[in-house]
Amino acid sequence: MASIRDADRVSDFDPAWLILPLALMLVSMFLLPIAWFFVRTLQDSGEGFAEIVDTIWTVLTSPAIRGSIVITNWIALVVTLVALLLAYPIAYMMARSRGVAFTLLVMCVVLPYFTSVIVRTYSWMVILGRQGLINSLLLWTGIVDEPVAMMYNTFAVVVGMAYVLLPYLVLTLYATMKGIDPSLLRAARGLGAGGFYIFRRVYLPLTLHGVFSGCLIVFILAIGFFITPALMGGPSDVMIAMLIEREVELTLNWPLAAIMSLFLLVVTLVLYSIYYRFANIERMMG
Amino acid sequence: MADRWIRFVVALISVILIAPVLVVLILSFSGDPYLRFPPNSVSLRWYETFLGNPEWRRSLIASLSIGLMTSLISTVIGFLAAYALVRGRMAGKRIMLSFVLLPLIVPHVITAIALYFVSAPLGLVGSRFWIAVSHSVVAAPIVVLILMSTLQGVDPNLERAAFGLGASRVIVFRRIVLPLIVPGILSAALFSFLASFDELIIALFLSGVSSETLPVRIWNSLRMDVEPTIAAVSAFLIGVTVFVLLIDAAARRMLSVGRAAPTR
Repeated sequence: MASIRDADRVSDFDPAWLILPLALMLVSMFLLPIAWFFVRTLQDSGEGFAEIVDTIWTVLTSPAIRGSIVITNWIALVVTLVALLLAYPIAYMMARSRGVAFTLLVMCVVLPYFTSVIVRTYSWMVILGRQGLINSLLLWTGIVDEPVAMMYNTFAVVVGMAYVLLPYLVLTLYATMKGIDPSLLRAARGLGAGGFYIFRRVYLPLTLHGVFSGCLIVFILAIGFFITPALMGGPSDVMIAMLIEREVELTLNWPLAAIMSLFLLVVTLVLYSIYYRFANIERMMG
Repeated sequence: MADRWIRFVVALISVILIAPVLVVLILSFSGDPYLRFPPNSVSLRWYETFLGNPEWRRSLIASLSIGLMTSLISTVIGFLAAYALVRGRMAGKRIMLSFVLLPLIVPHVITAIALYFVSAPLGLVGSRFWIAVSHSVVAAPIVVLILMSTLQGVDPNLERAAFGLGASRVIVFRRIVLPLIVPGILSAALFSFLASFDELIIALFLSGVSSETLPVRIWNSLRMDVEPTIAAVSAFLIGVTVFVLLIDAAARRMLSVGRAAPTR
C-alpha cells in the first residue's frame, strides 16, 4: 500500500482542477445569463423587493397563468403514467431476454431516443393527422366514414410527449430490473408462490425505486416541454414553456416571460433536488 | 400463460415505438404532392427538393458545421471535467456532478431565452460559432456522463504503476489513459455532435435568419404549411442517428476487445 501512496504523491498535480474549463463555461454561458435575464427583466416590474414579489404573485395567480400551470401539471402527470405503463413491460422483457430478442428491443427503444424531438413529433403528426396512418386504416376498414380528429388536442399532446419521454423510463427501469437477484424470485417460487403473487410481493417492490426515479425524471422533463405541445396541441393546451416562448416571440412581454421562467425553474430545481436524493444521477440519461 | 401475454404486449409496444421512425422513412419516398399516409406512389422527388434547394442546403451546412464545432468544444471540455470528477481529489463530487448536469434538467426554453437575452445586445445572434458554444452547454454534460463511465472502467492502478515507474502526468495521460479510452472519446464526440445536430430550441432563438439549422427549418415549415420535403429531411436526420449509433456500437466492440487484450 505504501507504494501506491508514494505514486499518488509523485503526481503532484491534482486532476480536480481540470473541471475548471467546464465550470467556467457553465457559469458564463448558463448561470450568469439566466441570472442576468431575471435581474434585468424583473427589476423594472416594481420599486423595491416587496413590490417585485407582489407583481410576481399577481401574475402567477392570474386566471390565464394559473390555468396554464394546472394544464402543465395535468399533462405532465398523465404523460408520466402513460410512459410508465408502456415502459415497465418493455424494461422487464429487456432485463430478461438476450441475443436477437434483446438487440431488437434495444433498437426499438434507443433509435427513437436518439432521434431529434422535432422529427419524432412530426412523425406522430403524420400518424394522427386527417390523412394519416390511423385515419387511413379506419377509413379503409370502414370503421368510420369521416376522418377522426386526433390532432391538435390534449390526446395528441399526451401521445407525442409520452413517446418522446418513454426511453428515459425504460432505461432507468432496465437498470433497476437488471440488478434484481433472480434467486429471490426462484426462492419465492420454491416456497410455492404463484406468478402474480411473486410479481406483486417480490418483483414490484424491488423495482419501486426505479419506478420512482424514472417517473420523477420524466415528470421534470415534461413540465418544461415545448416542441411537442406547441406543434400537436390545441388552443387550450398551452403549457408554461409555450407561454414563455409566446411572450418573448410575439408580445415581447419580457417581465411576464421572466416571471413564468422563474416559476418553472424553481419547480424544476425543487424536483431535481428530490431526484438528487433518491436516484443515481450518473444514470440520468440512461 | 401469463408469460405469453407479456410477450404479446411487449411486441405490440415495440411496434408502436419503432413505427413512427418507419413511417417517416416510408413517407420520405412518397411521390404524392401533399402529405398523405400511406403514399400512393414512390419517388425521390422530396430528396431532390431537399438537396436541390439552396436554402435547405445552407441549413444542412449550418447544422453540420455547428455540430462539428459543438462536438470539438464539448468533447475537450467535457473530457477534462470527467477526468477531474473520476480521478480528482475534491470534496462534494456528487454535488459538483449534479451542477454539471443542470443544463440537461433546466427547460431548454429558459436556457435559450436567457442566452438570447445576453447575445442579442452583443450582436451574436446568427453567429454559427456562438450557437456551437451555446450548444456545448447542453452537449458537454452528455460528454461528462459518457466519459465518466468509460474512465471508471480504467483501473487506476495502471496509472499509479506508470507514475511509480517515473512517468510524468503528460506521459501517463498520452501513453496509458488516452489509448484505453479512445472508444469512449469517439462515442462522446459522436453523441455531442448529435445533441447539437438535433437541437431545436436554443438554435431557434440564436440562429437569426442567416444560420437556420435543419431542425429550425423543419420547425418553421411545420408551423406554416407542412411541405412533404420535411419527410425527406427528417429521414435524413434519422439516417444520421443510425450512422452515429452504428459507429458507437463498433467503438464499444473495439473497447471490449481492447479490455480483453492484456489478459491473454
